[in-house]
This record gives sequence, C-alpha cells and structure tokens, in this order.
Amino acid sequence: MTALREFVPREFVPRDRDQHPPAVTPIYKTSVLRGPHRPLISLQNSLSEVTGPVFGHGDIGPLDNDLILNYAKTGQPIGERIIMHGRVLDGSGRPVPGVLVEFWQANAGGRYRHRNDTYVAPVDPNFGGCGRTITDAEGRYAFRTVKPGPYPYRNRGNDWRPAHIHFSVFGTGFAQRLITQNYFEGDPLIGRDSILGTIPDPAARERLVAKLDLEAAVPLDTLAYRWDIVLRGSRSTLFENRLEGN
Amino acid sequence: MFTPNALGYLAETPSQTAGPYVHIGLIPKQAGFDIFANNLGESPIGATTPGERIRIEGRIFDGTGSPVRDALVESWQADAAGLHHATPTPDGFRGWARTGTDFESGLWSIETVKPGRVPGRHGHKRMAPHISLWIVARGINIGLSTRLYFADEEAANAEDPVLRIIEQPARRQTLIARREAAGRYVLDIHLQGENETVFFDI
Ligand SMILES: [Fe+3]
Repeated sequence: MTALREFVPREFVPRDRDQHPPAVTPIYKTSVLRGPHRPLISLQNSLSEVTGPVFGHGDIGPLDNDLILNYAKTGQPIGERIIMHGRVLDGSGRPVPGVLVEFWQANAGGRYRHRNDTYVAPVDPNFGGCGRTITDAEGRYAFRTVKPGPYPYRNRGNDWRPAHIHFSVFGTGFAQRLITQNYFEGDPLIGRDSILGTIPDPAARERLVAKLDLEAAVPLDTLAYRWDIVLRGSRSTLFENRLEGN
Repeated sequence: MFTPNALGYLAETPSQTAGPYVHIGLIPKQAGFDIFANNLGESPIGATTPGERIRIEGRIFDGTGSPVRDALVESWQADAAGLHHATPTPDGFRGWARTGTDFESGLWSIETVKPGRVPGRHGHKRMAPHISLWIVARGINIGLSTRLYFADEEAANAEDPVLRIIEQPARRQTLIARREAAGRYVLDIHLQGENETVFFDI
C-alpha cells in the first residue's frame, strides 16, 4: 500500500523569531537554566525538515476530541462546558488540512491528571484532560471540553496561571512543529502571567487569546470559544529535491 | 483576530513552553494514566521493518549539569534506504517517535533502525545518516531542533553538508552519538554550558 497522502515537499519560509519568546526569559525562572545561550544555527531546509509524519483518522479514536466523554467513568466532568474551535492556517493564509492537533489541560479546579501535579485542588474522576483531532479540508479543528481552572505554580512568590489549554500541532513538515497554549478572553490573570509574559510583543501575546463565540455555542448546553492557529508559511514553489533522491 | 501585514501574510502563532505536564497530552501513560486506544509515537518502526536495529539514548542536561527529567523528545528520520515516509509503510516503518525523559534518571531512549543517507539540498552532497530531534519541556520557551549523527559514520559525517556549516569543528561533536556497543548509541544533550549542543533554526 502506498502512502495515503503523497508528500508535497515545500520549503518553509524562515520562522519569524520576533513572534516567539526568546530562549532565556528571567520572568519565567526555569528558562534561565534551560534556554540555550548560543545563537541557533540557521539551516536551509533539507528533506529532513520539509517532510514530517502525516496522521489519519485511523490513528485516533471517535471520542478523542470529546474531553467531556473520553474519560467519563461515573458521570460527566464538573465544569463549564465549552467547545474550542478554529482553523489551522499557514503564514500565507492557506488552510492546513489533515494535520494532527493535540491538546491537554487542567480540570475545572486547575488540577492535572498527572503524577507530578501536587496542587490541593481535587482530581476529577471523570476528566482525563487530553484529546486530539485532525483538521478537516478547510483546516478546521474542534473539540468539546470543560473550561480549565487557573492554578498556582512556583515562579514568583504568588504566580497563578490564567486558564489555558496546551496545544501541539503538526504541519506538513517537521520544521513546522509547534507547541503553545491558548487563553480565554477576559481572564484577569492574563496580564499577570509570567509564561505569557515571555513573549515580548503585546500583539503576539494577544493572538494566543481565544474569543468568546456565541454563534458556535449550543444554546442551553455548551458555550464556545474560537481560536485560530497560524503555522509558519511555505513557499508556493515545490522543494527542489525529489524524494527518491538525485 | 489576525492582523495580516501589508502584503497579506499572517503572523505565526507564538510558541509557549510545553510545561511540566506535557506528558498528559502527548504520552499520557507516563503521566500515570491510560486514555487512548492508540498511543501515537510509541515506536518508529514495525516488527518487519528492514534495517539495522539500533537503540539511541541519552540525557538532557540543564545549565547546572543536572539532568532534565520532564522533557519530551520527538524523533523524525528516514528509513534504512534513506527515504522519508509520510505515513507508515507496509512493513510498519513510521520514522517518527516520541518519548519522555525518565522522571528519576532523566534517561530517554528510542529503538529504531539506523537511517540511510538522505539527499542533500540541490547541488550538495548526500547527508550522513542522522535523526532529527525536537525537544520541548518546562522552561523551554520554543521547541529545540537538533540532529543526532553516528560516531561510526566518520566518512559520511566528514562530508555532511549540515555538519559542515557548523563553523567550529568541536561543536560538530555535540551532535555525534557515541557508539557504546553494537547497535547502541548514546547522545547527551547540553542545553547550556561549554558543551552546549548545537541547535538549529530550521
Ligand atoms: Fe498548564
């Protein structure tokens, strides 16, 4: 059997590092010992960067995008029921279809189902807190969950994370790989967050904030937020090497 | 929500740290629970994938020389013939894997096949066998891209077009996994310090 989808190897435009946090950001103390100090070495794309794994619906399960049901044991999880949805686009505004989007989050009380999380808030017996989906032909993703709660963490003496969901996104090539977090419009903790504060540009920070989307809400049932993701762009010309080599 | 620039391009979504609980989303078994029927990235190969079976492993050290024990490592590689595959081949070759560093020892490992040589960019020599690595963790604000090469590929490494753009030959060594035994390679990654690993802006 051949690949479900052939590679369309496209060379990526260089990452716009001004949109991202630098490696070392003293406001977020852990980065001080974990961020590389030396400049990155710029690499022109080779096949190892323009290719990447492609996932299909066979890779994931039917409930994987429903965090309200995918770990329900004795009932549904406690919390505000929400739909999070949006599109994955590239820097040229093109939708990125058929890519894996994964997400993980704390429960409504701000506690993760993770052996290293010791926050006093209780684990929800019916909430796993993770899921995944694949973007459709228009680059859309959607999942249902409960709104995560804020939680404290050790950084400055009294630091609290705003409500947020962690996202992992694949593009068409390994060089597009992205992990980030999104936030919720109107959260008063947003302006005080040390991790969001690692991003120097206020406009870039604002692009991580999901907006309330009443049109996508299910009346009397589930509220909705919308958040779009932009991966680095690719050139419209195909990569100059054929996969078979030359 | 987006502000296209004057030419209509969209700004990239900024990266944020994967945080201390990255395992829950991407390798939930390590976080301590089982949720998905299919855990992605557990192996880059299938039982019948052709090629030399190898184990690569290592640790990731922070600026104090302590092992990072909560990182996630993803790998992407060509098959034994030097070809990349978007989706699994009939013999189960995937080329992509993800694993976490151990919460106690900080060790990560991946069992795979040794990749073949891959064409370089147009006009360049073939690249030496290598595996692309991508590392995220609490305290890492944007995923780190590096490569693992093999110590027993001296001739290929010497003409590798990527190793050669690293100006200081000593720094090239930070990417070369030592051969500990037949089929077993070790690469330690240093986030900072004198032996800071070469990370690429790919
Ligand atoms: Fe978090």
